[in-house]
Amino acid sequence: MPVRESGSLKLWQRRTQRESLSHWALWLIGIAIFAYCWQQISEATTWFFVWDAPRITQDIWSRATPPKWEYITQLGKPIWDTLNIATLGTIIALIMAVPIAFLAARNTTPSLLLIRPIALLIIVSTRSINSLIWALLLIAIIGPGVFAGVIAIAIRSIGFCAKLLYEAIEEIDTTQVEAITATGASRWQIMAYGIVPQIMPAFAGIAVFRWDINIRESTVLGLVGAGGIGLQLSSSLNVLAWPQVSLILLVILAAVVISEWVSAKVRAAII
Amino acid sequence: MSGQDAFTPPIGQPWKKPPFVKNAGLRWLLILGFAAYLVAAFMTIEVNWSRVYEGLERGKQFILAFTSPDFTSRSSDIWDGMVESIVMTIASSVVGIAISIPIALGAARNVAPLPIYLICRGIIAISRALQEIIVAILLVAIFGFGPLAGFLTLSFATIGFLSKLLAEDIESMDRVQAEAIKASGARWMQWINYGVQPQVMPRLIGLSIYRLDINFRESAILGLVGAGGIGATLNTAFDRYEYDTAAAILITIIVIVMALEYLSGIIRARVQ
Repeated sequence: MPVRESGSLKLWQRRTQRESLSHWALWLIGIAIFAYCWQQISEATTWFFVWDAPRITQDIWSRATPPKWEYITQLGKPIWDTLNIATLGTIIALIMAVPIAFLAARNTTPSLLLIRPIALLIIVSTRSINSLIWALLLIAIIGPGVFAGVIAIAIRSIGFCAKLLYEAIEEIDTTQVEAITATGASRWQIMAYGIVPQIMPAFAGIAVFRWDINIRESTVLGLVGAGGIGLQLSSSLNVLAWPQVSLILLVILAAVVISEWVSAKVRAAII
Repeated sequence: MSGQDAFTPPIGQPWKKPPFVKNAGLRWLLILGFAAYLVAAFMTIEVNWSRVYEGLERGKQFILAFTSPDFTSRSSDIWDGMVESIVMTIASSVVGIAISIPIALGAARNVAPLPIYLICRGIIAISRALQEIIVAILLVAIFGFGPLAGFLTLSFATIGFLSKLLAEDIESMDRVQAEAIKASGARWMQWINYGVQPQVMPRLIGLSIYRLDINFRESAILGLVGAGGIGATLNTAFDRYEYDTAAAILITIIVIVMALEYLSGIIRARVQ
């Protein structure tokens, strides 16, 4: 216990002198970095606009309220598209994520040295790039539309689903697998009867969880032209139709809240 | 004992795997509903297959571009964009974390009284329901183009994420330690500082680094709506079909994310 002597008294201290010195140095470095970053941001900012912000906010608010309620009749199809992008994207992602997860899990991979790193690379690279960037790329390749959105969501979700799934596979109970092996089961039978039943709840949970995230992401995919309600949002923003924008934002908010509620209910039912 | 029935079939019949959904009616309803939805979904999606087929050539070019990424010809743009992204990431993480700590304390039921709890939970709910890109659009409209809008967006998003998870950790902390500090006559600040903070510190550090990682990834797309960072450069590269530059940017993003993930793994292993 760190103690400081003052006369005959021994006083308790939280840290030794060495520890508090290194803490102090770390804080100093951290604050210096932050100050540098802040300076960079403020240099790139037009401060006049910032001082003007309250007035602009008020202006936008007065333009955006009340929302243009009758516009909702035109939002049915975009919402249906958004739902399709999220759902079909999740399904395609899951179909591709399952084999990758089995190749990436330490206990099921055919080759630790060759195949596992490739599977991990696929997981990392699909996961670290946002679906909007994938959509941007796919629009350049296969043209704008709902299809590009579905594929963008699918690619982005592969890494996420495969990562969670392979972690679940690595955590399975090996005694069950051994029991199946002892009956003389083939490699595929071991997988079907020893491993799959154990990861099924995790799989269902991951699927619903990712679906919820995908609903969120697919609402904004339209901003780059990949279909869904974001398309309406971007065209309304472009013509400065603020009452429509506020209605679309409300609809997106409702969709996000509903999908989160559904996913929470389903996951509670599974686990 | 319905659980045992699944494993002991009637004599003379082969054993079958017990189904995942136990209730047969519900199972069929789910399967049929799902099939009906799939049919409806495929009917309404219009795919222009000839356009897709034409695009395959460009897709091949893009994939080939990854083998020869072009870091040099737009190196100053890439460098500026990356620096701006990293600057936004760090600044917004620091500010976001600093704001989320008091909000997390307020959103923990065992620390805060009910009115404060409800206010803080409300802030968290708002921050989590609004997506980064939508917040960014609004903030760009308000504050103008540039990294300030991106910085504010990411800070706002950090609050919802970090406060929620930290509040859950505070709520599940060990009461005994905190009570011992209280019994020694500590003031409220001392109670938080010596009774609560040491218990949640490892989680806070782990979450902060995780959020830093997320903020970097998000900062890469904020440029699409004019909120600063590498996204604008990337968008331009795609628009001009400069796949080799785009590949270079994507590779840089992936490498930085991997490095951050590796670093966070080390730090989280050390603090826990």
